[in-house]
Amino acid sequence: MITLTLKDQPNVPLEAENLCPDVTASLTNDQVRALPVYLGKRKCRADDFFAIEGEASDELTIRGDAARVKWIGRGMTRGRITIEGNAGMHLGAHMKGGAIEVTGNASDWAGAEMAGGFIRIHGNAGGQIGAAYRGSMSGMKDGTILIGGSAGLELGMRMKRGIIAVKGLVRDFAGLQMKGGTIFLLGGAEIRTGAWMVRGTIVTLSPIKLLPTFSSACTYNPTFLRLYAKHLATLGISLPCEPQRGTYQRYTGDTSVPGKGEILQWQPHGS
Amino acid sequence: MLRITGGKVFDPANGIDGQVKDICISDGRIVSEFDGGRTIDATGMIVFPGGVDIHTHVAGAALNFARGLTPENQRAAAPFLHSPERRAGIGGPTPTTFATGYLYAGMGYTTVMEAAVPVLSAKHTHEELRDTPIVDKACLLLMANNEIVLDLLESGEIERAKQVVGWLIWAAKTYGIKAVNPGGVAAWKWGEDAKQLFEPVHGYNTLTPANIISGLAGIVDDLGLPHPVHLHCNNLGAPGNVDTTIETMKVLEGRRAHMAHLQFHAYGGDDWHTMRSEAPRLAAYFNSQPNLTADAGAILFGDAVTITADGPWQHLLYQLTGRKWGNIDVENETGCGIVPYTYKGSNLVNAVQWAVGLELLLLIDDPWRLHLTTDHPNGACFWRYPEIIHLLMNADYRKECIKKLPPKALKRITLMDLDREYSLYEIAIITSAGPARAMGMPRKGHLGVGADADITIYNQNPDGVMMFRYPRYVIKGGTVVVEEGDILHRDEGHEFVVRPVFDPKIEDFLRPLFQQVYTMSFDNYPVEAERVHGMQVSELPGTPRQPQSNP
Repeated sequence: MITLTLKDQPNVPLEAENLCPDVTASLTNDQVRALPVYLGKRKCRADDFFAIEGEASDELTIRGDAARVKWIGRGMTRGRITIEGNAGMHLGAHMKGGAIEVTGNASDWAGAEMAGGFIRIHGNAGGQIGAAYRGSMSGMKDGTILIGGSAGLELGMRMKRGIIAVKGLVRDFAGLQMKGGTIFLLGGAEIRTGAWMVRGTIVTLSPIKLLPTFSSACTYNPTFLRLYAKHLATLGISLPCEPQRGTYQRYTGDTSVPGKGEILQWQPHGS
Repeated sequence: MLRITGGKVFDPANGIDGQVKDICISDGRIVSEFDGGRTIDATGMIVFPGGVDIHTHVAGAALNFARGLTPENQRAAAPFLHSPERRAGIGGPTPTTFATGYLYAGMGYTTVMEAAVPVLSAKHTHEELRDTPIVDKACLLLMANNEIVLDLLESGEIERAKQVVGWLIWAAKTYGIKAVNPGGVAAWKWGEDAKQLFEPVHGYNTLTPANIISGLAGIVDDLGLPHPVHLHCNNLGAPGNVDTTIETMKVLEGRRAHMAHLQFHAYGGDDWHTMRSEAPRLAAYFNSQPNLTADAGAILFGDAVTITADGPWQHLLYQLTGRKWGNIDVENETGCGIVPYTYKGSNLVNAVQWAVGLELLLLIDDPWRLHLTTDHPNGACFWRYPEIIHLLMNADYRKECIKKLPPKALKRITLMDLDREYSLYEIAIITSAGPARAMGMPRKGHLGVGADADITIYNQNPDGVMMFRYPRYVIKGGTVVVEEGDILHRDEGHEFVVRPVFDPKIEDFLRPLFQQVYTMSFDNYPVEAERVHGMQVSELPGTPRQPQSNP
């Protein structure tokens, strides 16, 4: 295992896509220390900012408030990154495999355009989680993102596949122009959820304000959610799906596109 | 001061077909004999005149809009990092200015024609061309939807229209005129298109697309422009449009014209489900019309960005793809649409388009009259030309590619029956000698004494893609710009501009019209000569030697 302890907060964001298991897996301690990171346009060494222990490992631990360290785990395909603190923007962007865990908060664009792997953020997350970068046709194509706290704007924007689950409140435009995949809003969302969605599923456990271009379809207990519930239970998330506890109200949309997406809203019995 | 020895020279304009011959260069030109200076030993290599692209879109407001509209392509593209020898840039489907120059030169192309410039954004275009290094440039002025010109054509004031066109060409510092979807873009401003050659254009009483085409072709001949009217026919891309294309050729009645991106105008069928290749019919008619030249506008499978002044077509394409759409209105002059597009080999329509481009290249007999283009970035990026060259030179490879097409497509095309293979001599014609001749540039596209020393030297390789993508040396204006696989920014390139003869009094007619209908003041409209980097003016017969004023 390689441990990187942040010595000082960089005064401007530090671009550190080399903090990635694929890069460090075969490097000696000296080589890891010498990895290039960019402070603005200045090329620096990793050990200018981090105290680095360990070598030749695809398990990284980053300690300290790395809220200004961007691109950690960019494009990683294997291994594990544990961040004991906060993470900066673009965490795990384009990642294809492996796992990232953040004990604090993560900033915008975490898991953007990821194609596989697992990201767990215990604190809050910024905007555009699992989203498509500006101009791209699709956002995350597979993988799982779990957020313990809240999430910002455009969660899962243009996502095509995979799972995003958020325990806290999610801001506007969750699932914007979504093309597939599943978003679980365990703590509800603000406005315009699912705008322009073409396909995919948004499950919400608390009532949300729907766009007028979503229409009510039926009330039911979809079978597929039981599979998801089993899977999410292994990740520590409980999803209600038993008919004796309640039902899901299904809304389809967004008809302004027109799309065939769905929003499933949990309605416990007796509410 | 350079001598190239031992290379097999392909110089079709001078009838040289692979003979081993020395080439001497002095002061940027090819000379008959020269002693001293550097010698490049090209033994066993192939020597071509530098490539000439007769139809491409590399600069200006529309292309820049496309760059901005497709950040995803820029992210995925290969970067050119800043180095002592080069400026920074990004490649991809719509490369940045500096990268455009490097990519063209890196492929052995040394002259390019930016094929669509409205007067209103000519300044922008020239500024970008200034930053497009190494290659020589020329621009074509968009004219077939310019409302001042259309009004004059409708009222039959042909002489005055000629004066206006002459004035505009010089005002925009361009080289010739381009007619895009004649009348169709003007009609698009009413939400309409001009699909019928002989029906009045929307917004006009009697003016038809046919009137515009014949009017402009006549004006180009009267002005004596070196390049004929550069014609993007009506109904681009639409199934069944081959009739319009052939009718357009008939309307020209033997006058000169260059038919742009012919591939997009050679379809049969009634709709997308029945669309088929009509390349054999179009090629047969084209072969019988010696007044015409054309460029292929071939497509290759992969990502492209479609950019054209043909606004109504772009709106249709947007509806078909559901992807992004940009639309620009250029006041009284033209419009523009931009739609990113991916050509897929599995798509029936795209498969037919792919075949049509190659069929035209194989069925049109005279290589001097058909030039290699992809209508960059519409059909494919210009840096993919070597892939088309390989398809033309190798019938077996072509047949392998045909096997991958959807079986349904094979009933719509005739490509599998064509066994013609291009020789290196013919490749030199379609990539250089032919387009240079059609552009009326006597110092380009050949290696005779007096020609500009634009020379590309290739390692001979049966793999045409490798051979033509990575030239061994590229020499531009006598300077080595590609060497050891590295592109060296040692030359800025020139711009070719024509100065037609016109009566300066035409400004008295234009000025009040301008004050009335343009957002720009008349005096700010023309491009100042100082703005055009390395301008080389072609004086036309009868041009006053001392220009009286700079409009």
